[in-house]
Formats: sequence, structure tokens, C-alpha cells
Amino acid sequence: MSTHEPVVRVEGVSKIFPRGNVVALQDIDLTLAPQEFVSLIGPSGCGKSTLLRVIGDLIDPTAGTVTINGKPARQARSDHDYGIVFQDAVLFEWRTVSKNIALPLELLGWDRARRKARVEEMLELVELQQFGDHHPWQLSGGMQQRVAIARAFAFEPALLLMDEPFGALDEMTRERLNLELLAIWQHLASTVVFVTHSISEAVFLSTRVVVMSPRPGRIAGLVEIDLPSPRTAETREEPRFFELVTQVRELLRLRGEHLLPEEEQLLREAAE
Amino acid sequence: MTNASVRRAAGRSLAVLALLAALLVFWEVYRWVWTSAGWTWPFVVTDTSMPHVWTIAKAFGQPAQVNQPPLITVLLHKALFTAKEAAVGFALGAVIGFTLGVALVHSRTLQRGFLPYIVASQTIPILAIAPMVVVWVNPKLPSNLQGWGAVAVIAAYLTFFPVVINTLRGLQSADARALDLMRTYAASRWTVLWKLRVPTSLPYVFSALRIAATACVVGAIIGELPSGLQSGLGGAIINFNQYYSIEPQELWATNIVAAALGIIFFVTVVAAEKVIVHRAPEVPT
Repeated sequence: MSTHEPVVRVEGVSKIFPRGNVVALQDIDLTLAPQEFVSLIGPSGCGKSTLLRVIGDLIDPTAGTVTINGKPARQARSDHDYGIVFQDAVLFEWRTVSKNIALPLELLGWDRARRKARVEEMLELVELQQFGDHHPWQLSGGMQQRVAIARAFAFEPALLLMDEPFGALDEMTRERLNLELLAIWQHLASTVVFVTHSISEAVFLSTRVVVMSPRPGRIAGLVEIDLPSPRTAETREEPRFFELVTQVRELLRLRGEHLLPEEEQLLREAAE
Repeated sequence: MTNASVRRAAGRSLAVLALLAALLVFWEVYRWVWTSAGWTWPFVVTDTSMPHVWTIAKAFGQPAQVNQPPLITVLLHKALFTAKEAAVGFALGAVIGFTLGVALVHSRTLQRGFLPYIVASQTIPILAIAPMVVVWVNPKLPSNLQGWGAVAVIAAYLTFFPVVINTLRGLQSADARALDLMRTYAASRWTVLWKLRVPTSLPYVFSALRIAATACVVGAIIGELPSGLQSGLGGAIINFNQYYSIEPQELWATNIVAAALGIIFFVTVVAAEKVIVHRAPEVPT
């Protein structure tokens, strides 16, 4: 891993929101090697989404730099290096499923034939072949999120940013989509930054978990996830899986000593 | 169209017809009750204030003046003329309104500077502006647009306002995360406008166009008054107004045609909206 040029290099990043003088991030250093799957986990207010948005050049850091494939984040954004998935699918309801997946391809100036071929490929990857001509509102929440994932991966961006993409889904759908996501990630050999509230999801998906603590948002610790790949439904039952989950939970708890009661509540929810 | 949707459409037309019939019956019952009881509140019911339904219906078939075709033929010709003014006014107003909306959404300064004047423009009664529009616009128009061209401009004046306001609102209603999404794709302002903001705004624009559809007909009719145009419904209304005490049924007939014209414009916009705007059907959640 370390022989490669890193895809993401975050150096000394801080973010202070002027309103209320909130220190959302303080001195964050983080490097992602190619094809890494890194989860950011922590209680609400720990700045994990803010970090994701700073990496994606959606907000500017107050201090520090973000480099993507050796380029400043701004440059990476104009080079179409990012794909993004939010908690809600954010599909354009006036477009069919196929047209939604084709959106970034249109912006990249792909011709019609190439777009069509890629959309079909992506529909197959997310197992929605029969739904290309449907409109988003005709799909379930889980299916909509699969369309959003297909759209984000469609142009094989250098870096995938996922902001609690399965947070609004039920547990069973979430676990199935976890497996699907891993399959796509392996198939396309992408690099992923994944924000989540769920410890088990973070451990199951990632090559590395970044545990963050709130006020100010800081990295509390890193956990290398050495579970064998590819991961399957059985991975969740392995002793090593539980050890790693415990390790992440301990890190979250360690930083939770001087938390307010409602923050502890959030922490408990995150741990469940 | 599926069988179910045909049945639904038939059901709806039937309901409209039933309501119309009920309205006519109500008119006659009201007349009968008020005249037999001798009530004078809120107004005295006579053949002049409320002509019989059949008197109005008969008026359509008879010439309003000797040696003229039946009233219905005359009114349809006039309605066609007014429809032309209204349609051109509608198109003009819609394009101007939409363009202004797009310009305003991109500049806060422009918004602050322009919006008060756009609002103020609508507080001036159209009757007060119409003569000036005629004087300003008519000399600039080629001969084939003389007269009715100025009326179209007056109709546009009533049309553009709801379109600006709703276009602006619609363009601003794009989802914040959808804007983030476009940002991560490094989409230009122009791309964001056409691929995100405009499609988002369409339902808003169309509710404005529904209002505009009836407003442009009213604008065209009123615009004809100071222009002295006799070829449209406005001219007919002025004319039959003068004979109201003798032949009220002719003004009533004209009003019915004017209302029908407004409804046709409205229904056309609704039909266009059905074709153009694809949105989730509104169901209670």
C-alpha cells in the first residue's frame, strides 16, 4: 500500500465555523492509499461529515491542505475526481433511473452510445436492469440508494465520498447493500471515504476505520481492519470481527469520558 | 391511454356537465323564488337583471343586428381575434417572465433593485396603462400587427408577473444536496441552471402559467377597450353594454364566450403541464 502515491492526503486541516465559533475539526492528518476503504466514525458533532466535505472541496478548511492524487482539492474537483453519495439518494425525479445514472457522464461529455453502454453496465452491477425506465418515485428507498451508488461510481472517479449512505435504510436492506457496495468497490478498484454512525458497518466494510471524537473534532484513533477479503455475510460472525468491533467501541468510549449526557446517549445509539 | 384512465376522464367530464346543469337549474330556481316572493335583496330579479337561461341560449342563434349572421358566429370570430391577442401576450409574458426570473436568481443585487419595480408595476390598474401602451407601441408596429399587437403587449403585462415571481421561487427551490452533487461534478452555472434549477422550477412555473392563462384573456379583453378595437370580445362587451337594458341576453352570451375562452386557455396549459412535467404523483404519505 505504502509504495503508492496516496489518493488523499489531509495535512493539518482545521475548520472553525464563524457562527458560534465552533471548532468542527482540529489538526486532522489522514492519508488514503489507492483502493483503500476508509470509514470515519464518531458521535454526532465529531466533524466526520465536515471532514468529508472538506476532502470533497464542498467547504474550505480554515487551515491545512487537502491533496487528491497530488493535486489541490479544487483542481481535483474540476478534474471530476469525485463521486458522492448522500444519506438521501438525491435523484432528479424528472429523470428516469437510467438518465439519473447518466447525469455525470453527460457532464463529462460522453457521447450517447458510450453513456448507454456504461449505464447498462452500472444497472447490472446494482441489479436494477429492469428498472432503467422507471422514475425514482417508483422505487423503494433501498433501490433509490442503489441508483445513487451507480451514479456515483458510473464514471469511475478517483475518490468516492459517501456520507452515511445507508443511514436511512432498515437493517436488512443496509446489510445487503453493504455487500453490494463491497462488490462494486472491488470490481472497480475504487478508493472510498465512508462516513457512518454504525460501528459494525464501519468494521465490515473498511480496510481502515478512523475513530473521531467531538468538540473539537479530532482523530481519536485508527483501527486497521485485517478481516479477509472478499467479505461475506459470514464475516459478521467471525471472532475477529467482534474483536475489531470492540476495539472501535473502546476507542469511542475512551473519548467519551467527559461527554454531556445527550452525547453519551448518541454514543450508545452509535454503538448499537 | 389505459381503460381505467379513459373511464376516469369520462367520469370527470360527466361531473363537469352535471355541475353545469346544476348551475343552470339553480339560476332558474333562484329567479322563480325571488320573483314569486317579491324579494328585492340583494337586487330585484327581472328579465333584465337575470334573463332566462333559454333567452340567453336563444340569443346565440339569432343575429344581434339585422342582416348579420347569428350572434354565435359573430362572437366566435371575435373570440378568435381576442384569442390571438391573448395567446401572443401569453407567450410574450411567459418568455419575459421566465427570462427575468433566470436573471434575478443569479444576482442578488438585481433582485433587490428590480423586484420592487416589478411588484409596483402590478399595482397600477391595467386600464390606466393601456392607453399609453397603445400610443407607444402602435406606431412601432408593422401594418399587420397594428391594433392587436398593442393589445397583446397589454396582455403580456398581466401575464409576466406571476411567471417572474414563481420562476424565481422555483429556481431557488433546488435541493441543497443536489446543488452539492452538481458542485462535486464541477458543473458550470449554466449546466446547473439547465440540468437542475430549471427542471426543479417547472412545477412552480406551471402554476404561474395557469394563473397567466386566464389573466392574459382578461388582459386582452381590457386592452381592447382603450384601443377602440371592434374586432374582439372587448369591443363586443362595450357594444352590448350600451344595449343592456333592452337586450341583456347578448351581453350574457358574450360573457359566456369570454369565460369559455379563458377556460380553454387554462385547460391547454394544464394539458401541456401533464406532458412536460414528470413528478411523483401526489399521494398522502
